Amino acid sequence: MASVKNIFIPDRYVNQIVPTNGFTTLLTFFTSASMAFLIVFSVAMSFAADRLARSWSDSLANSATLRVSAPTADLDSQTDAALHVLSKTKGIASFRLLKAEEQQALLEPWFGPKVPINNLPMPRLISIEEDENGYDRVGLRLRLAAEVPSAVLDDHTRWREPLIKAAYRIWFLGWLSIGLVFFIVIAMMTLVTRAALSSNRKVIEVLRLVGATDQYIAAAFVRKFAFRAFFGSMLGAFIASMTLFLLPPEADQNAILTGIRLEGLEWSWLIVVPLSFFVLTFLTARISSLSILKSLT
Amino acid sequence: MESVAYSYGEELLSDLNISISQGSFYFLTGPSGSGKTTFLKMCYGSLIPTSGKLSVFGKNLPGLSRDEIAFLRRKTGVVHQDCQFLDHLNVADNIALPIMVSARNSLSDNVNLKELLNWVGLSHRSKALPPELSGGERQRAALARAIIMSPDIILADEPTGNIDWEMSQRLIRLLIELNHMGKTVVIATHDLNLIRFTKASVQARVLRISNKSVQLAGSDL
Repeated sequence: MASVKNIFIPDRYVNQIVPTNGFTTLLTFFTSASMAFLIVFSVAMSFAADRLARSWSDSLANSATLRVSAPTADLDSQTDAALHVLSKTKGIASFRLLKAEEQQALLEPWFGPKVPINNLPMPRLISIEEDENGYDRVGLRLRLAAEVPSAVLDDHTRWREPLIKAAYRIWFLGWLSIGLVFFIVIAMMTLVTRAALSSNRKVIEVLRLVGATDQYIAAAFVRKFAFRAFFGSMLGAFIASMTLFLLPPEADQNAILTGIRLEGLEWSWLIVVPLSFFVLTFLTARISSLSILKSLT
Repeated sequence: MESVAYSYGEELLSDLNISISQGSFYFLTGPSGSGKTTFLKMCYGSLIPTSGKLSVFGKNLPGLSRDEIAFLRRKTGVVHQDCQFLDHLNVADNIALPIMVSARNSLSDNVNLKELLNWVGLSHRSKALPPELSGGERQRAALARAIIMSPDIILADEPTGNIDWEMSQRLIRLLIELNHMGKTVVIATHDLNLIRFTKASVQARVLRISNKSVQLAGSDL
């Protein structure tokens, strides 16, 4: 307990007992800053992927599109028949026929603006929104097959699921990256502690000679590294938050980049990351140093 | 010590039987490599006997935990030939080190660092770094550090090995003064002049290590 107290109580001696090694100090500080930066970014990416997956899932789960592709002469009658079937189907909250301008807008990314779709054999598209009970997909398909053979019901399952899977994969990779970064932090602290203890053998000998316990010696080393890592990770988290602020607005971005940001309680990660660094470096350095000191007779 | 032996693979000391009483003054002599330093290191728990029973302050050393050995060292003042300081701390901080590591957060009322520095003649060098000190100054600083916790026993390993005769006399006078205060002093040395000089002022006994064992030397010294 006394050694834990030594970590937090300002003590000029505990601070000074381990000589400052500029290189190790800087290495610990900047590595922690870099790792914290990566963690905050991975967290933001994971949350963005999670939001994206949920948004796709929610917005497309209750909607479907009915495509009516028939020869031009039959197109109007087939469309009317399809609309009639939909109006008689339970579980459908609303449906509407897409206007020519809306269909033109859908084609714009591929053919550019002002496509003369009136001259093209374009199918008719009907957007369907189901109510909270949902409709019988199999039954609707059977009725459409009987009454409107040219109609194809697309409930978006085919392309919605891979997109959601991809988004969740990105979410998982984000958290995996965070785990790996924390693993690297543990490895780094173990190596730094080992290097510091072996390059300060004389300091350890003197401290033991004057009656210092292993806990006291470990505390002197741990204190040095834990605070360096804490301040470094604070800097990294701060730079990451600034970078997130400075990312271009959503309208200027594409695909997965949309929404890489922190929202609401997610900002608490800017505090959680440095604190996690402190706890992790404290525990790693303490366990490593006590184990090394035990082996030094 | 009862039948104490120490081996570094090859046996260095064997069948040591000796009892050092409180307030006594001992010299430990013997040729280089005979085991004087090993003897002293066993006394302050830096080395654990390979066999036998070694009691310090009534506690059997081989049975003590690492923490208990650390506490034992706080009651034992050690002066090395090479002094062993933290070179990045000044003399005053080095001398105060035992106090600081003993979980006391500041110098106690019983210990006056200034008086101690004055006693060893280093008041003017308190802010100097150890590498800036002369050999004699380093030994006196080491002595000050060794006694700052008011230990019951002072173990000195060749304390005058690197200093001139005048400085050796000065250091030994300090140790004699400590002995007069009731402290036990054990000095490992092969300097016969130093032993003769000391015996003129204090009832000092001489232990000689030869053939792996320790014997009380006669009055021929």
